[in-house]
Amino acid sequence: MTTFPILSVTTFLPLVGAAFILLIRGTPEEVARNARWTALWVSLITCVVSLFIWFGFDSRTPDFQYQEEAQWIADFGITYRLGVDGISMLFIPLTTLLTIICVLASWESITERVREYMVAFLAMETMMVGMFSALDLFLFYIFFEGTLIPMFLIIGIWGGPRRVYSAFKFFLYTLAGSVLMLLAMLAIYSEAGTTSIPVLMTHRFPESMQTWLWIAFFASFAVKVPMWPVHTWLPDAHVEAPTAGSVILAGVLLKFGGYGFLRFSLPMFPVASIELAPFVFGLSIIAVIYTSLVALAQEDMKKLIAYSSVAHMGFVTAGTFTFTPQGLQGAIVQMLSHGLVSAALFLIVGVVYDRMHSRLIDSYGGLVSRMPAYAIAFMVFMLASVGLPGTSGFVGEILVLVGLYQVSPVAAALVATGVVLGAAYMLYLYRRIVFGKLTKDGLAKILDLSPREIAVFAPLILLVLWIGIYPAPVLDVMHASVENLISQIDAARGSALAMAGR
Amino acid sequence: MTFVQLTGLVAALPELFLATTAMALLIFGAFQKEGIKEDVATCRIVSGLAVISLILTLVLVLTVAGERRLAFGGMFVVDDFATYAKVLILVASAFSVIMAEDYLETHGVARFEYGVLVMFATLGMMMMVSANDLIALYLGLELQSLTLYVIASFQREELRSTEAGLKYFVLGALASGMLLYGASLVYGFTGTTSFDALATHFSGPDISVGVIVGLVFILAGLSFKVSAVPFHMWTPDVYEGAPTPVTAFFSVAPKVAAMALFVRVMIGPFGELLSEWRQIVVFISIASMILGAVAAINQRNIKRLMAYSSIGHVGYVLIGLAVGDEAGVRGVLIYLAIYLFMNLGTFACILCMRRAGRMVEGIDELAGLSKIQPRLALALAIFMFSMSGIPPLAGFFGKLYVFLAAMEAELYVLAVIGVLSSVVAAFYYLRVVKVMYFDEPVEAFDRPLGLNLSVVLTVTSALILFFFAWPAPLLIAADVAAQALFR
Repeated sequence: MTTFPILSVTTFLPLVGAAFILLIRGTPEEVARNARWTALWVSLITCVVSLFIWFGFDSRTPDFQYQEEAQWIADFGITYRLGVDGISMLFIPLTTLLTIICVLASWESITERVREYMVAFLAMETMMVGMFSALDLFLFYIFFEGTLIPMFLIIGIWGGPRRVYSAFKFFLYTLAGSVLMLLAMLAIYSEAGTTSIPVLMTHRFPESMQTWLWIAFFASFAVKVPMWPVHTWLPDAHVEAPTAGSVILAGVLLKFGGYGFLRFSLPMFPVASIELAPFVFGLSIIAVIYTSLVALAQEDMKKLIAYSSVAHMGFVTAGTFTFTPQGLQGAIVQMLSHGLVSAALFLIVGVVYDRMHSRLIDSYGGLVSRMPAYAIAFMVFMLASVGLPGTSGFVGEILVLVGLYQVSPVAAALVATGVVLGAAYMLYLYRRIVFGKLTKDGLAKILDLSPREIAVFAPLILLVLWIGIYPAPVLDVMHASVENLISQIDAARGSALAMAGR
Repeated sequence: MTFVQLTGLVAALPELFLATTAMALLIFGAFQKEGIKEDVATCRIVSGLAVISLILTLVLVLTVAGERRLAFGGMFVVDDFATYAKVLILVASAFSVIMAEDYLETHGVARFEYGVLVMFATLGMMMMVSANDLIALYLGLELQSLTLYVIASFQREELRSTEAGLKYFVLGALASGMLLYGASLVYGFTGTTSFDALATHFSGPDISVGVIVGLVFILAGLSFKVSAVPFHMWTPDVYEGAPTPVTAFFSVAPKVAAMALFVRVMIGPFGELLSEWRQIVVFISIASMILGAVAAINQRNIKRLMAYSSIGHVGYVLIGLAVGDEAGVRGVLIYLAIYLFMNLGTFACILCMRRAGRMVEGIDELAGLSKIQPRLALALAIFMFSMSGIPPLAGFFGKLYVFLAAMEAELYVLAVIGVLSSVVAAFYYLRVVKVMYFDEPVEAFDRPLGLNLSVVLTVTSALILFFFAWPAPLLIAADVAAQALFR
């Protein structure tokens, strides 16, 4: 088991599938059908393989597991190095699961250029899994940036009417942030002389340098998360992207930022992180309150959920920078939960969009009388998004708030208003779409969920409830790594204080 | 001639071989029958032979490679740096001849002189990168430049092409004049033209202002040859006006040669004066990057776009030169190699943009290409993403190593401006992708693409796409070449 390169297999299996899809020949219908089935099978197998990573994971140690190493660019110290710890491991099954769901969700709604579409999604999956398991600075960057190309094409080719604008905005915003991170990585390499992330996590960078490096990384991750005020690409990208594009964007791509903070900013630049934590809290509070209010005023369902994403990711950033076990675990759970819930909510929108081709809240109403199963699924995810106890959203939010309260009760109180506002806009959305009388034109014959759609939602519902009711397995996995990270930060804080006191 | 003198010529063996075969081909071509059909046949034969002799020259270059050798009384040097540059130049020239064949035949300019002229230009470039003396430098530079002026106006019946040639000639002559004036000043104040002697001289304490003035003139002349801002004005017009295969040639081989010469002159004889010329190179680098990024945004003609793009790329390459150490030169060399293949591939795509036998050059003509000719669109998309430096494509690695050198040398401002301008530049590269993938299709281009272009496209796009899998050979070669300059 130890010699089997399970991470490389999980990473590159989708790419092999993509290459296979490119080789399919035949009439357009045959190609489309075969591309769909191949993509489904490849993503299913990848998901099963990724579950073995979880089953075989030893949660007692904070070390990186399943490590793989191969010489790559030897004379520059760049190595092909993969491995996962308790922080990154859970994101891999999340990614592989969401990819299956994306393939299924696009089964009927994508009819043009199906082959290219599936290739783009499988290539995305490779980049995403690679990003979470990379243990080399430049390997990480390559996977991190590599997602831009398929996502740009997904939004631009299969998106809505303003897709070109949104695709460019997404690409250029993200690129502008990341190139600064690249320079910071080069600076790290020339300072520390290695690109190995495990080594760098214990490297002590000079304090003056830490602040600059922290800011450069922050530029990239803040755009990805996204944090206020660089969040404006997200609503545009979400609104124009096809349903599955929104799912992968909200479900996985946004986690890149939060994961980046946990993997780089905190362990490598602890002093700068401590110093700049109030700044992050400020931005997070603004994000939570402001974007919740903006969400309340939206007429477009996808835009509303996009803004709610920004608010929920505000919890993640606030929790991350508390440096408390609860805050950090809460941030990770919140990321996983948001990955499931917001992905599901975009699918919920996608279901009615496929039938009615409208995303406006006003075009719907009273769906409960024609679509009871849909109403139930929607309700579960809506309540999970609000953070009702018993759903995954609650676990993440309460942990973040507990962690934040220990650091700053005022900040906790302000962030907590986000929970109230979240309930307001989500319930309001639900009422306008599902309840009321079925009076709108065209809704009279709308059909309830098809078996395929039920198959899409069922695993998500189960997971959301499972994490909500019994989060221990998830929390146990990350416990050791989070404790290790906090002890590192405390050590840095201690030595910084000692330096200041001298 | 004694045996000792003959062995001294071994270093210049590839150049001698190339010169001899080029002249032989010229005579061969001149004695063929004339007529439309015969011309095409001659052109084909000469092109084929030109490619073969370029490849043989490449083999010879690799054969004489190894230790540092001097020839012609120390005026001519062969070291790993020269070998690396020569390999790139010969590959670029061979590809250019291959790519040009279809175009020359369909545009009624199937004249055998094309292949011969490219060979002479290549000869000039090889002399440039092997120059170890200001006189030898000028000799190689002028052989190359004069040939290029002629090739630029190769379609002599067409106004645009002749205009391009004339413009290039007038401005190029001015630049050569400046370079020569600078060289004469340097000679006047130091009393030598040999690079080795100059290097020794400058390691001494007394450096007169006259030398610095001369250095600035040489810098200006070389900046013109690499089309760096503020000596870039000729580039868009010449790129647009010259026949497309000629533009393809211009954008790679002479760029590589001029940049290699630039590096050799700055690092070799003037290496001790790094602090004097660094600020100038930093300035032209920043100016080139910004102008390349901003001015390209509004271009509608893809050849002009490529002209500004090449100005921008020169800016990135100059970052490596501005660093001025081994890591910097290594960055330059890696960038040049990757740039060469990206550009060749892009121009192969541009050469495919043909409707009913006529070339089209508007970016909008590419609309919806991904639906009509998906493979061509995919290839061009790969080159565009690579040029904007998105991993895992090769262009990213080119940028990575120059920026790494800049960060290690603590040239932070240069690096930050560099990466930000690359974001701006990404916009116009993406626009090409957008037109191909997001817009509704217009008419298809002529099919089939032609064997030559298909081969070039496949080879270059595969190299760019899969470079990340096995980058070591190029990196090691560049490393060895860079070390040769600092011995």
